[in-house]
Amino acid sequence: MLKSGDVPELNKTDLLDFYRQMKLIREFERESERQYTRGNIKGFLHVYNGEEAIAVGSINTLRPDDYVVTHYRDHGQALARGITSSEVMAELMGKATGCSQGKGGSMHLFSSELNFMGGYAIVGGQLTIAAGIGMAIQYRGADQVVLCFFGDGAVNEGEFHEAMNLAAIWKLPVIFFCEHNLYGMGASSKETLVMWDSLHKMADAYGMANYEVDGNDVLAVRGLMRKVNAEVRSGKGPAFIVARTYRLRGHSVADPANYRPETEVEYWTTQDPIPRFQDWLTDEGIATVEDFEEIDAAVNDEVVLAAEFAESSPWPEPAALYHGVYADRPAEGIPT
Amino acid sequence: MPVITYRDAVSTALREALDEDERIFLMGEDIGPYGGAFAVTKGFWEQYGSRRIKDSPLAESVIVGAGVGAAMAGLRPVVELMTINFSLLAMDQIVNHAAKIRYMSGGQFTIPLIIRTVTGAGASVGATHSQSFEGWYASVPGLTVVTPSTPKDVLGLFRTCRDLNDPVLFVEHILLYSTRGETPAPANFRIPIGQAEVRRTGKDITLCGYSRMALVAEQAAAILADEGIAADVIDLRCLRPLDMETVVNSVKKTHRAVMVEETTRLGGFAGELVSQIQEAAFDYLDAPIARVAGEEVPIPYSFPLEQLAIPDARRVAAAARKILNRPA
Repeated sequence: MLKSGDVPELNKTDLLDFYRQMKLIREFERESERQYTRGNIKGFLHVYNGEEAIAVGSINTLRPDDYVVTHYRDHGQALARGITSSEVMAELMGKATGCSQGKGGSMHLFSSELNFMGGYAIVGGQLTIAAGIGMAIQYRGADQVVLCFFGDGAVNEGEFHEAMNLAAIWKLPVIFFCEHNLYGMGASSKETLVMWDSLHKMADAYGMANYEVDGNDVLAVRGLMRKVNAEVRSGKGPAFIVARTYRLRGHSVADPANYRPETEVEYWTTQDPIPRFQDWLTDEGIATVEDFEEIDAAVNDEVVLAAEFAESSPWPEPAALYHGVYADRPAEGIPT
Repeated sequence: MPVITYRDAVSTALREALDEDERIFLMGEDIGPYGGAFAVTKGFWEQYGSRRIKDSPLAESVIVGAGVGAAMAGLRPVVELMTINFSLLAMDQIVNHAAKIRYMSGGQFTIPLIIRTVTGAGASVGATHSQSFEGWYASVPGLTVVTPSTPKDVLGLFRTCRDLNDPVLFVEHILLYSTRGETPAPANFRIPIGQAEVRRTGKDITLCGYSRMALVAEQAAAILADEGIAADVIDLRCLRPLDMETVVNSVKKTHRAVMVEETTRLGGFAGELVSQIQEAAFDYLDAPIARVAGEEVPIPYSFPLEQLAIPDARRVAAAARKILNRPA
């Protein structure tokens, strides 16, 4: 890992804020699983445990006017981008105060204000949308970038190829960011993805700059993203980043993940990005136990408040059923 | 009124869009130097350049998906799927994303995207290139589905669609590009979406179709007129939003109706029309509503077989006589 001297631009406050953001995501997910068990969250719930360093390390390098597009395991990116934990939890519960007004749910978090262009739940679908956002940036001659997340499962979708090729031939300002957590739902990538162990090299086929990074090391992710970000912003065309990581939980809360070898889970548990960063902060003499305790308490309070806010928030009004289908006209079939 | 071809009407509508709105760009397969598979964008690339006329790879999903993304980021793309058959390769983007992002985001994002495509059989291009899927797309909330049958409707409807903030499937018919028709001269001439047109009036029976089948219904009405039967002919022009008021008012007058469409009967759009007519005007009906639709087969290549698979004026007239109890 890096030494603190390697990141002189980051002071203690910055570094502890990375810890806080990762911890917030972890505690948010702990609470969301609890609320799921209580029946307050319905449907699918895909938690982000173990991958926090990716969202925090990457999204924090963006400008407010850059764009984020992501997949259905989207709570972590939404929180890292700055959607409040209350708005995200309310969305998970389907409440009117949710960041998508309760219309999207866990897999479809959006914030136009934060250029958070959505969580997408048809695997691979968001890659082509990211390319289009890149086209809009290029069309205007602007210098924003699009950060597009997807998993290793999405690499097997045809849309991966269509989007990568288009972005490459037109030099679109898109960072294709693969969270390589070794599983597409229950299927091991070792069995389904021929390039699973050198996935970043797939971008060679598109003549695209590509990188592999330890996705459980928040500073490594951040460091690489700063470099790639600057290159893509300068007009050099898209880039492909593969972050090696691991889902510490199953595909969704309903999945006990029995298909995973115990030794594999044990290894990756030792790589948990949060204790790893804590150890680093401690070893470098940057943070003390008291610092962590203070942050943990604040995070815990925030998550409790988010759950209370969500639970006490109103359901959408019945009339909201018909709102927002079209911008220009009422939905069809509204009872008269 | 100037007489122009359906192809010229599409080209004119696109040129106006490019000239009047800097946020509009075109993207599609072979729309650049090649000039478009149906020569609609001939000369565009030379005139507007590659920034506004984007010749895309053969990759339907990213053609539509990138259109969605660009629309979310504030542009107003007009993308082309060479035919509606190829739209199957972009269906995820059309149905799961373009149609739903506005609703799923609680109204935060709008998708002002026009997807132009080409429907229809009769061009001797075989089963995979001769289908009519516009009725499928009409079943998707969030989409607008427009099916112009004349140069006038192309111009009037495209000008309207250009200003919409929702995704539109603008469905042109493969056999209509060289047909000619009068178009009103004023540049501000527009046709609202969701407004059917009564193309001919008569008291005895209602013939209703869309896209090329509206013209076939009109031809059938001419045959019937020679036999002393006066038909109302309705061109729906849009499948979503759907103007049932015009159809129902006509049926209340004529008491009999024939629905004409090019796609198969089972699961076709005509079934929806029949259902809505009987819900709204059951007591006015003097006979079962007839349907003339495509045969339940893949469209064959061989010319005489293909002709058997698609409705024509003769069959529409026969269906009308049957429910009027007139001898053939």
